Amino acid sequence: MPLPADTDVSTPKYLRDKYAIVGVGETTYVRGSDKTTRALGTWALRNAAADAGIKTSEIDGMLSYSGNDSTSATFMAGDIGARLNFYMDCIGGGSSTEALTGIAIGVMEAGLCNCVAIFRAMNGFSQVRIGGTGARSAMPVGGDMLHNRAYGWQSAGQMFAPTFMRHMYDYGTKPEQVAMVKVVHSEHASNNPKAYYKKRYTVDDVLSSRIICKPLHLLDCCVETDNATAIIVTRADRAKDMKHTPALIRGIVGRCSKPRMDMHYQAGPIDRVAGYYAKDILWPNAGVGPEDIDAVGAYDAFTFTSMLQLEDYGFCKKGEGGEYVSSGITRLGGRRPQNTSGGHLCEGYTHGMNMVIENVRQLRHDADDSCPIGPDGKRRHTYDYSEGGCRQVKNVEVTANLGWANPLTGSAMVMRRGG
Amino acid sequence: MSIQGNYLGMSLSIDDLDGENVAYFAHCARHDFHLQKCDDCGLLRYPPTTGCPWCSSPRATWTAVEGKGEVHSYEEVHHAIQPAFKAHTPYMVLLVDLDTQKGQPSEHEALRVVGNLTTPDGALAPRDAVRQVGIGTRVRMTFSDVTEGLSLPQWTVDTDAKQPEKPWRYPQE
Repeated sequence: MPLPADTDVSTPKYLRDKYAIVGVGETTYVRGSDKTTRALGTWALRNAAADAGIKTSEIDGMLSYSGNDSTSATFMAGDIGARLNFYMDCIGGGSSTEALTGIAIGVMEAGLCNCVAIFRAMNGFSQVRIGGTGARSAMPVGGDMLHNRAYGWQSAGQMFAPTFMRHMYDYGTKPEQVAMVKVVHSEHASNNPKAYYKKRYTVDDVLSSRIICKPLHLLDCCVETDNATAIIVTRADRAKDMKHTPALIRGIVGRCSKPRMDMHYQAGPIDRVAGYYAKDILWPNAGVGPEDIDAVGAYDAFTFTSMLQLEDYGFCKKGEGGEYVSSGITRLGGRRPQNTSGGHLCEGYTHGMNMVIENVRQLRHDADDSCPIGPDGKRRHTYDYSEGGCRQVKNVEVTANLGWANPLTGSAMVMRRGG
Repeated sequence: MSIQGNYLGMSLSIDDLDGENVAYFAHCARHDFHLQKCDDCGLLRYPPTTGCPWCSSPRATWTAVEGKGEVHSYEEVHHAIQPAFKAHTPYMVLLVDLDTQKGQPSEHEALRVVGNLTTPDGALAPRDAVRQVGIGTRVRMTFSDVTEGLSLPQWTVDTDAKQPEKPWRYPQE
């Protein structure tokens, strides 16, 4: 949808459209990378630089996030021949990509560096599984963890489940509605040659898969994979010299939280998530609202996480998420397709960055599907969304990414297609 | 010396420096549930913290709280992650609204105390018992003893209370 004409792009407070994501890169999404996170990370960083059309030595800022399961920028930078003027490795998962993009803008605006690469490198299947199996699950439990892990309340699914269950109770949300999140994202993944799972699933497939932690079936949970992803952020005026149409950053909210982060269940309705607070920062910063968004990346660690965020960011009314995700709106060809790469449920697990990468490609009108490539190197999109076909959203101008750490913390970003 | 114990084969510990948790679990070890009550705003809080989440005061007094309430939400774990729980599936994690201070400081709040569904003597509940419990079930607190100075508060069905005709459960059994 075209933007409102009265947009003031000079507003320094908001920095709208002043910075852009100019390069994106990833490794293949696999289970069993046979590589260190250092090797994966440098691979993704080189891909992102090549995609931007810059030398890796032009990167002078680096940000990363991990849960002590990765390699820091200090090793990555040398391996790509970059001397850094700024770097920071932080702890975190699903709410990081958008928040770190905000930090990247801040440090460039402050004059600390000129071109920031953000990466996430993880062997999420073969080394440290986020689900918490293996050595990580058998760790001694002490102090504040006695109030959760001592009760067998540890993995992401286990920690979030009371929120999901209460939503079904409060609003009558049905399992078959929630399952539609997986169904739709799997349709999109079937048109993504990179996706780890390309199979299309049905509601019955989801509901007949085994229960992991009620209300979550196996197919309500995302895939765990080994991979690295990277994006390159720089000033929009520099972006003009680069290879692709830039994805201009309109507005960001970073790690916005509910009260009582020590145990958020103590405050407010427990089926309210961080988006309830984040929306009031995101939309004014971006100068648009949910109705202006053409494509969404709604963090899908679980089917429920997508749905809950769509409600609290205002894509539908609170409690109507089940209806929204099963209405067809979220499908390719629908009004507001989401997770067009297949997301975490199907493409691969990268703690949110692959959904930002996908929206950058969508905004370039160059989603890497199976459509034929023309003499100019660009795909000739057919907009035939049947299995194995196109996954480019037609005429997409503005996208939103809704990142999720947990019910209590989220980050989000709005991007638009550059000129 | 920190407090260390073994629970279902899992190592549990509290550091001596961690005064709030030492005090909380010492009361639990006496099967006597206490929470911090803010000396300034008068509100109770859970779990232990170093300051009042409602008014930020660092001053609080441990106060006896009745261990009775109603299941606000739950989950049923069928695929355990931690080795300690693998022999006990399906097990239930309950989030219980205490009767004390329910609806304060706003209508959306309550002291929501976590625990597993257990038998009256604090053992993880068997499968048949799990199927009887849902949102709305009335429960009372019991304890799983771990070691001196450390017991875990748990929840068991309150057989003396008026129970809902049918507690709300996830539609797919």
